[in-house]
Amino acid sequence: MTKPLNEFAAGESGRIKAVTGEGKIRRRLFDMGVTPGAELTMRKKAPLGDPIEITLRGYELTLRKSEAACVEVEL
Amino acid sequence: MKTFALAGNPNCGKTTLFNALTGATAHVGNWPGVTVDKREGVYKGGVENVNIVDLPGIYSLSPYTPEEVISRNFILDEKPEGIINIVDATNLERNLYLTTQLLEMDIPVIIALNMMDEVEKSGDKIDVKALEEALGVPVAEISALKKSGVKQLMDRAIAMPAERKGITVLKGALEKQLETACAFYAAEEVKSPLFHAVKLLENDELELEKKGAKETLEKASCGEDLEAVIADERYKYISANLASVKVKSVAKEKLTKSDKIDRVLTHRVWAIPVFLVVLFFVFHLTFSGNLLFLNGFTEEMGWMPSLVELGLATKENGANNFGVEILAVFYDGTVYSPGVILTNFLNLFLDHISDGIVTLMENGGAAEWATGLVGDGILGGIFAVLGFLPQILTLFLFFSIMEDTGYMARIAFVLDRIFRRFGLSGRAFMPMIMGFGCSIPATINTRTLADEKERTATVRVIPFFSCGAKLPILTAVAGGIVAAFGIGNADVITFCMYLLGICTAIVCVLLMRNTTLKGETPPFIMELPAYHLPGFKNLMLHLWDKTKHFVKKAFTIIFASTIIIWLFSHLSWRWGYLPDEQMNDSILASLGMFIQPVFTPLGFGSQLGKFGWVFAVAAITGLIAKENVIATFTTLALCIGAYAGEGTEEGVEELTGLINIITADTGISQGDFVAALIAFIAFNMTTIPCFAACATARAELPKGKFNRTVLFWLTTSYIVGAIIYTVGAFIWPVAIWAVVIAAVATFVVLRNIGKFDIVKIFRRRKK
Repeated sequence: MTKPLNEFAAGESGRIKAVTGEGKIRRRLFDMGVTPGAELTMRKKAPLGDPIEITLRGYELTLRKSEAACVEVEL
Repeated sequence: MKTFALAGNPNCGKTTLFNALTGATAHVGNWPGVTVDKREGVYKGGVENVNIVDLPGIYSLSPYTPEEVISRNFILDEKPEGIINIVDATNLERNLYLTTQLLEMDIPVIIALNMMDEVEKSGDKIDVKALEEALGVPVAEISALKKSGVKQLMDRAIAMPAERKGITVLKGALEKQLETACAFYAAEEVKSPLFHAVKLLENDELELEKKGAKETLEKASCGEDLEAVIADERYKYISANLASVKVKSVAKEKLTKSDKIDRVLTHRVWAIPVFLVVLFFVFHLTFSGNLLFLNGFTEEMGWMPSLVELGLATKENGANNFGVEILAVFYDGTVYSPGVILTNFLNLFLDHISDGIVTLMENGGAAEWATGLVGDGILGGIFAVLGFLPQILTLFLFFSIMEDTGYMARIAFVLDRIFRRFGLSGRAFMPMIMGFGCSIPATINTRTLADEKERTATVRVIPFFSCGAKLPILTAVAGGIVAAFGIGNADVITFCMYLLGICTAIVCVLLMRNTTLKGETPPFIMELPAYHLPGFKNLMLHLWDKTKHFVKKAFTIIFASTIIIWLFSHLSWRWGYLPDEQMNDSILASLGMFIQPVFTPLGFGSQLGKFGWVFAVAAITGLIAKENVIATFTTLALCIGAYAGEGTEEGVEELTGLINIITADTGISQGDFVAALIAFIAFNMTTIPCFAACATARAELPKGKFNRTVLFWLTTSYIVGAIIYTVGAFIWPVAIWAVVIAAVATFVVLRNIGKFDIVKIFRRRKK
């Protein structure tokens, strides 16, 4: 089962299936290690609900929900 | 001299290594055309001296951020003798991603494996020999913080052979495609053909500009999207190699120290309160004259005796012995905060210098105008600006600590949601809030914003966050209103003016981001670095850089402008010298009278009759430093006889006298005058900031944007002042302003949600 990263609840983890989005954002995601096959864990949401924090490749990354929507993750 | 470039991810200890390598030889400049720091220095510890250039911290060499373009162009065009790639051993996987790209260039690379001590502490092991073999370049273990292994690293770097052929980790998956692309670049005879070939396959914008590149890409990729494949292959290669080099001792402990801190600082409920408390203490320790409220929360609660009351000092500002003067730096009826103590110290020092020089000149028989020019004009001007330095640096120190510990990134994380609404990112918050202290460090701090348009918009609205030096204007004029008319409450007026500044900033940002500085909200994909203690030496070097910049500016542009204003205010049209008491006959006064009608729509122009020019002159002298606004009022109030007696520092009594004399002269109604005075405060708050802040903004803004920024400040302050006056003075224009504001707001909102596109409508009409 897959779902976009922005719909994840804190504590859920999964493996990235695909990364979509327009050039600049997609490229930035790749460069930060958000590539198909990578495993990630959703850590928490910011106090106001957005952006979110994830753990990936051994470090913490933050991104907005709108950007997280480009990341399709397999549970 | 050989040149080595230092490359690596942000937060991997690059700056620490750079400082360890170059020490006192380091200097900071700008990369051409952009406001990104360029650090250079000389390493003198090896067999030969080598030049070290610190490239900006980057994650990749794609062409989307200025930092990445700078690094890429420097390596390709300036051809350094080698790259020192600093890699954070605690986070090998992501750090080596950049390494795999650097290896594709035809240039010697050495890897500095930093933070090995931390890896060992956590029980992990990294097989350096295996890593060296896998990557095909030397790998040196170092700890930049403890300066261990640095000499071995440099010895090996200097001994590297001068030539190296680029290698890629993509050979297995993309052999055919790479061959086609490489053949194209080899025929073009460019340097580092392999690097260019890989970038081309990644759909790199910079590569596609080359003639024939597009066709080659189509031929090589057959229309397939290779960007994802390449990123994926790099990471696959790294994981495959990691398995052999990194030996994990035990399964990772559940919560690291960093996680524990994070649980509080980004807590769902506590994050914002904790942040507000931190912010309060930063400002309190920098600006407060009542440390930790030791002297009670209100004036009535104050219990500490002043030095005069203690019988130590003879009288305030009078001649005291040196020991008492030193004591007064720390305590005088209240305990000062560290920022204020430093300011007092510097001012004590500067006052003695200035007094010494003036006494020397007077004893030497110098003319009155000469002592005036040197004492009040030159030294007074420079010292007034230098007097800001301690508090600017204290504020900077706190913010540097927040940046270096990793807390600043969390603040951006917490606040991003709010700022996105205005087309900014969470990072823009810090510069803005710093503006309440001083616009100068705030403006410099906008460097943390990656997007140029976002940065320009932020720099422009920073002065609207009323700085410490504008507070005396607020309290004096508000105090004058209350004293002269007996209405309102000075504190409420002051507070409302702060709110007005914030509202103006929000409206202006919204307007700019929808018109002249239109652009997408910059993406917010950011690393949250692990918390760690900041290094003392790094902090000090950082502060020293800022001090140098500031002092340089104080002695050039600010120096020149203060002298000009002093001359204008102390020369009559016959070029004769005028003492302070006759400032009303000076060139500046006539200029004030000349431009007085300009301020009529704002209420403090011609309506105020023959004494109204005082306001115009005060606005002009405020350009040097906002402290001068009140100083001018007090001087001019004495000149025109609005106030008799000894001058006060707060200026409330002088202003009250001025208000009374103008009311008596023109018979202006109370309502109109109050509106005019509030418009005057608002004008000063939102207009061009002091010279020092202007000089900083000029340096930080992209080329060609400064003149427009000055125009923007003038227009905004004029409009804000005019709105306040017309709304306050008459009832009928309120409707007009309400309609204008509503129209603008609707326009902006419609445009924001994409229902209204002026360009499209215009095009349709043309057709």
